[in-house]
Order: sequence, then structure tokens, then C-alpha cells
Amino acid sequence: MSRRPVTRMVMLIGAALVGLSALPAAAMPIGQVTGASGVAAWLVEDHSLPVVTLAFSFAGGAALDPAGKEGTASMAAALLDEGAGSYDSTAYQRRLGELAGELEFAAGEDELSGSLRMLSRNLTETADLLRVALKEPRFAEDAVERIRADTIAMLARQARNPRSLAGRLWMRDAFEDHPYGKDSDGTPASVAAITRADLADFVARHVHQKDLVVSAVGDITAAELSGLLDRVFGSLPPGDQSKDDGAEIAEARPGDAGALVVSRTPVPQSAVSFGEAGPKRDDPDWYAAYVVNDILGGGGFRGRLMKEIREKRGLAYGVSTALVPYRHAGLIFGSIATENSRVAESIALIRAEWQRMREDGPSEAELRDAKAYLAGSFPFTLDSTRRIAGVLVQMQTDKLGIDYLDRRASLIEGVTLDEARRVARRLFDPARLSFAVVGDPAGLESTRPPREAPH
Amino acid sequence: MAIACSVLLVAIAAESPARAQHFDAESFSLANGLQVVVLPNHRVPAVTQMVWYKAGAADDPRGKSGSAHFLEHLMFKGTAAHPPGDFGALISQGGGRSNAFTTEDYTVFHETVARDQLDLVMQLEADRMTGLVLNDAVVVPERAVVLEERRTRIDNDPSALLREQLTANLFLNASARVPAIGWEGEIRRLGTADALHFYRDWYMPNNAILIVAGDADAALVRRLAEKNFGPLAARALPARVRLDEPEHRAAIRLEMTSERVAQPSWRRLYLAPSHRAGATGQAYALEVLAEILGGGADSRLYRALVLDGGLALSARADYAANTIGLSSFAISATPKAGVAVGELEKAVEAQLNRLTEEGVDTGEVRRAEQRMQAAAIYAHDSLSGPADIVGAALAIGQTLDDVALWPDRIGAVTPAEIAAAARAVLILRNSATGILLPEHSS
Repeated sequence: MSRRPVTRMVMLIGAALVGLSALPAAAMPIGQVTGASGVAAWLVEDHSLPVVTLAFSFAGGAALDPAGKEGTASMAAALLDEGAGSYDSTAYQRRLGELAGELEFAAGEDELSGSLRMLSRNLTETADLLRVALKEPRFAEDAVERIRADTIAMLARQARNPRSLAGRLWMRDAFEDHPYGKDSDGTPASVAAITRADLADFVARHVHQKDLVVSAVGDITAAELSGLLDRVFGSLPPGDQSKDDGAEIAEARPGDAGALVVSRTPVPQSAVSFGEAGPKRDDPDWYAAYVVNDILGGGGFRGRLMKEIREKRGLAYGVSTALVPYRHAGLIFGSIATENSRVAESIALIRAEWQRMREDGPSEAELRDAKAYLAGSFPFTLDSTRRIAGVLVQMQTDKLGIDYLDRRASLIEGVTLDEARRVARRLFDPARLSFAVVGDPAGLESTRPPREAPH
Repeated sequence: MAIACSVLLVAIAAESPARAQHFDAESFSLANGLQVVVLPNHRVPAVTQMVWYKAGAADDPRGKSGSAHFLEHLMFKGTAAHPPGDFGALISQGGGRSNAFTTEDYTVFHETVARDQLDLVMQLEADRMTGLVLNDAVVVPERAVVLEERRTRIDNDPSALLREQLTANLFLNASARVPAIGWEGEIRRLGTADALHFYRDWYMPNNAILIVAGDADAALVRRLAEKNFGPLAARALPARVRLDEPEHRAAIRLEMTSERVAQPSWRRLYLAPSHRAGATGQAYALEVLAEILGGGADSRLYRALVLDGGLALSARADYAANTIGLSSFAISATPKAGVAVGELEKAVEAQLNRLTEEGVDTGEVRRAEQRMQAAAIYAHDSLSGPADIVGAALAIGQTLDDVALWPDRIGAVTPAEIAAAARAVLILRNSATGILLPEHSS
């Protein structure tokens, strides 16, 4: 079945999760395997189940969509499993189902990624379906039109969904004309303009061996993986060694200087997105920022925002913030939903907590607890082949080193109180914290009109 | 969002990871009636503990809808031994996580922690099984939280509102007609006494299942369970009542318009048996039928309406067999721009007629069963997957054998059984059809 093109907000949340859970400390031996074709992968063997997950990422994503053709990367990702090689869409999906393969593609701002979970007894046959999807996608007219219609319908749905609308408004205002400010799924007009040639061109530009990152986890040996890498990726074009897909995108500092924009719509609850600039993944302050963010906006009941807004006052079901690192920008970004009559109170509390964290930083006890949680929780999440494979791809993309899992806990535990306070002052600035509100909030007016969505 | 309260899992559909083989489960009971299941998994040095209370939204007292779910939230508000905030702090200090959810038939609390914290989380769950302390100071703000949760999940979303209305209209009498989160007006009137009433009725060792999945063995779990839960006394338990349906005399049809709707959608629910209610012998066949009819890109509805007919953007079927009361068999579809809902409905009905007249063929049955059995293998590929499956079965009165035999029973379903189940269930007067339209097109 076609994957719904991945929305901006889904990508934000996905990126946030990856950024947040910046990796483990479990004793998990990671091997490096290189096929005869030169394609390399990181491998964690686990023969306790007859299951293998292969995960991969190609550099270059939605941020590189041509002007007027926004949505190209997302649409290409949705079409790769809609017919390839000798299979039309129906035959492809039927074969995948017979083999019990689970294949996913997703276009992010900076990459095209995917994963294939398969039964080890069907390894070769299932992997062959991935090979043809990458090498010989058909982009047949009926499939292209079907996914186009699906995408346009999804955009219309999201345009009426308060939560996704608030996220889009915020991103548009923060990044303006930068590619990250554009909706990675495109607009109805840009999606209508995408041709089969554009989709084929996207694959030609990005699906190649250079800047390909691969991982495999599960019931597969190094020798088997070596052969599989050649089989799946070995016949892809090598790619231009002199070119770095995505490097040409400008660095951006998101920010809307403390603006608050309201998009009025008659729903009982206002959805709010908020945030400001944050660190990129390679920022020297990353780990301090990661810990301080958790103290302010951590999930569960750990964060100050959750305590003040939910526990003490019952203003929202949830409120959290996350670091969202893109290749060319970083964000600290959060969301909340509160009934219209009290949303102004929620926003005032967020601003006050932003200010308090800036001025005083965390307490020693808060820092200790957050570090213990962030260092300790991650290994427990490495419980599925898919999860581990995704982490191994992210580690390679972020150039964290193959020993990163062994170092992660000490990187977090090494954050000092002075450092945390310094980074809190750098990270949290109420004067730069901006809000986008969708709903019918009482007592809130825009500081300037929302920017119109392009059509 | 990992919020320590409540994800309302209303109906887990046919395409969810299925129940699976044996999971190397070991099971025993304490003298006070607490049922314990151990599911070993040594991939990570962690354990997931789950406590399943056999009480859910369908056990809410009449006029007090939302009680089970409200209590789920309030279970994090502390005991005499552990004041508010203590529970979460103790668990997160070691990197652990906790959460909870409520469905029609059960309320579940779970923690994932390092294996050496198992004793701690057992102490905490045993403590709050009977020691909860509530007062208006913690209850009143939490009621506001639940109302915000309802607005987020339902009131802000027209399609969720219509689904809620449709379910309430399908079931004329059965308990499942009431939404698990509760009707807004009734949530507003829930108070401390209501929560404590539900708590005292249902929260006791003889109405709970303790599941420990992960890096622990049965001997250790038994020792810790005896130590922590053993001292709690069994108490008298109310009967769980699931109301039956009267004969349905007329098909139900709802049409809702909203300016929040971007495009029309169509959904139909048919009354259906479950593993525990109605013609239970049809439940496995209905699970396979949902997969054949609407379980993905190779399903009949998807092929006919989306791929070949070009009428729909999506088409699917969903059926949850694991409920104590009656269930529903759901079909939903979204028309393509320019296709009238009525035209789409005719096309769906043509497929349903073809199904009841001609039955299903051996090849599609085999493919569907293979996909479902593979899902059962993949269910092992996480710490919580097996625990979720085992808990959901035991909490409605199934056995570990039922769990273990599920793939075989699915594989044994024949085309004739599927056709018979389709004819028994896909009857128009036992259905409720809901149409959601944009404001301007009505």
C-alpha cells in the first residue's frame, strides 16, 4: 500500500525522537561489513528470532525539491513500492505480502530513508523487492495519479487539522523562504505540477552509493550481509564523488523574534506550536542542551512545563519540547493544546518557565535526575530489530562513531551544572520564543498577521 | 507522547500484530488470586511489568461514563507510602518509563525498567493496588486534564466525533455504545467519590493479571510477586455485566457536516460477535475476512475501489475479536475528489454482495492467513509486543492456549467458514452507516 507522504509535523516529531534519544550504552557489539561492491553497513547480529531489519538512508531530501515542485521527494518516496522492475503495483504488493516483508520509505528534509523488515527464511527474495524499488521504480501513470490525489487530499485534511496547521504556521514563520519553511509535502499547486520526469530525476539525483548509509540487525551473519549489500545496493550508480547532496542548502537560524500569530477557526481547543532556534547535532553544547531541554520540557511527568501546566493546573493533556536538529538548522520546538478560554494562561506559563530557565538554569537535583534518566532509559528502547537498525543509521548519518553507544552515557553524565546554566541562558530566550495558535483563543491577538499559506 | 496516563485503545483492528505462538510463557497464580505470567526475553537487560485490571470502560456505572479512564489517570496521584510525584520520580531515576491505558474491557499500567528495578516497580504497583489516596486537590485538576484529552482526541476532530456517534448508534443497548473516555457532561460530574468507588469495586489481586516480560526468569518473578503482592487480600468481586443487543429492525444512517471536514468519508459498522459474545465460533473467520476484504494493498476493497475502480483514496476493513461484549465489523472508505459518496457506497456494496453470494477463493484465503501468521512472528520483535498480546487475551477470559494456538486456528479457517461468517454478519439492518461531509456540499 502506498505510504502516505510524510508530513512536516511527522518529520519534526520523528527527528525530535531521534535527536532526543541520542543513543545507548548497552553492550551491543556492532560489526562493519563491506560488500565486494564497496557498499558498507553496520551490523548487529541477533539470532534469537528469524527476523532481519535492513535500514538505509540516502543524502538529500525534501529541502532540495525544485521551486514550484515542492513535494517531489515525498511523492517519490510514496511511489517506490508502487510498482518496480517486472512488477506492477498490485503484483509488487502481493509479492511483498506473500514474503511477509514490511517495507517503508520516508522523505525527510535532508534525506530519503527506509527500512525493510523480513523473515530470514525469505531474505533474498524480499531483498530483491527492495533492489528493484531503488533501481527500477516504474512511476507508472496510474500509480502517480493515485498518489498525487492521495497527497492533495492529505494536504486538504491537514489544512483543517488544528495541530498540524499550528506546526505548519510556525515553521513557515520561522524559516520564511528557506526550504525548511516550505511544506515538505508541497502545496496542492506544486503537487499538481510534479511530473513523472521529476520523480525519476529525484531518484537519479539521490539514489546512489555515495552518501548511502546502511544497517542490518537480526538473524543474518556478516557473510550473508556482505552478499545482500551487493545484491540490493551493488548495482546502484556510484554517484558523483565531488558532490555532497544537500550541502548547497543555506544555513538557517529559525526565529520569529517572539511573534504570536493566531489563525482563527471554530474548534473548542486551541492547538499551539512554539519554539526558537536550537543547537544542531554537531554543536559542542548538544549534550548540555539535550539535558536542559529535558528538564524544561521532558515527556512523562519529568519536565517543568508538565508539572506547572498539567499537574498543578490541568491546562493540557500534554506539553513537551524537543531539540529538532536538521542538517542546516536547529530548533527547540514544543506543542500544547488547551481549551480556548484558558490557552492564554498556558502561553503565559510557557513564557514564564522559559524566562525562569534562562535566568536560573536547572537546580543541581534536576540536573542529576535528568542525566540519570537520559543516560539510563535509552538502552531499554533498543528492543526491536527495527529500532536498533534505525539507531545505527542515525549514528552513521550524524557521524557519531561506531563506539558511540559505549560513550553516550558518559557524554550525558559529563554535563556540569555550570555548563547546563550557561547553555540554558544561550538556549532559552523569551524574546525570541514565538507561538502559532490555531483555534478560537480568548484574550489572544496576533502580534502580526499569519503569513498566508501558498496555494 | 509518553504521558503517564492513558492512551485509549478502542478497537485494535485486524491488521494489528496478531497474537502469536507460545512466547515461552510461564504462568502461575498466587493464593490471593493474582494471575502471573512471565515472558522471557533476554535481548536487553530490562523488564516490562504490566498490571492488567479486568475492569474497563464497559464497567463504568450508568451515568458515570469515563470512570475507568478517570481512575487510570488518578492512579498516579500517590499513596500513603508514596506521596504524589514519588512514583514517577522513583521510576525515572533509573531510566525507567511508565504509562497506562484504558479500553472497553481492561485498564493497564506498565513500566519498563532495568532488570534490577523489578522489585521496586512491583512494590509500587502492589502499593497502589489498594493504597491509593485521593482528594479534591488532586482530582479536580486531573478532571480538567481528561477534558483536554477528550477535546484533543475527539471534540477537535469531526471524524472522531462521527465515529463516536456511529458506535453509540450501532449498539442500541450493549455496553460498547458508550465511549471509553466518557461523555463530556458525565466526565464533568465525576468526582473523588466516583473514582474511589470504581477503585474499591475492581482493584484487587484477584481481579488482576501481572505480566513480566524481559530479562527475568519465572523463579525470580514468583519470589518477588509473593513478597510484594502476596500480602494483599482477595476481596469479593462484582459480576462483569455486558448488556446484549435486542433484535435490530432497521439500518441506521447518520450524516454529519462540518466546516472542519476537507473531504467526504464513508464508514459502516455491522454488529459482530467476538471471542466471548454472540456467535463466537465465527470470530476467527471474521478476522480472516477483515484481512481479505480490507487488510492492505492486496485486499479486495483496496483493489476494487482504489486500484481498479479509481473511486476511492482509501478503503479498509477492521474487526477486533478480543472483546467481552459484542464487537463490530467496520468498513471505511474515502472517495476520490469528484466521486459522490453514494457512488462509492454502491461500489462497496457490490463487493459485499459479491462476497456473500460467491464467497472467497482459496488463494486469497491462503495469502491472508500467511500475512496474519507472519505478523505473529513479528510480534516477538519487541519487549512489549508479546505482553500486550497475552494480556489482551487473558483480560477478556481467554487462555494462554488460545494465544498459542491463534496462528494455527487462523490457518485452519476455511473459505466456507468465511463465506458463512460474512453472510451472518454483513446484514444491512444490523448496520450503522456514517457519512461525513464538508459543510458546503450538504
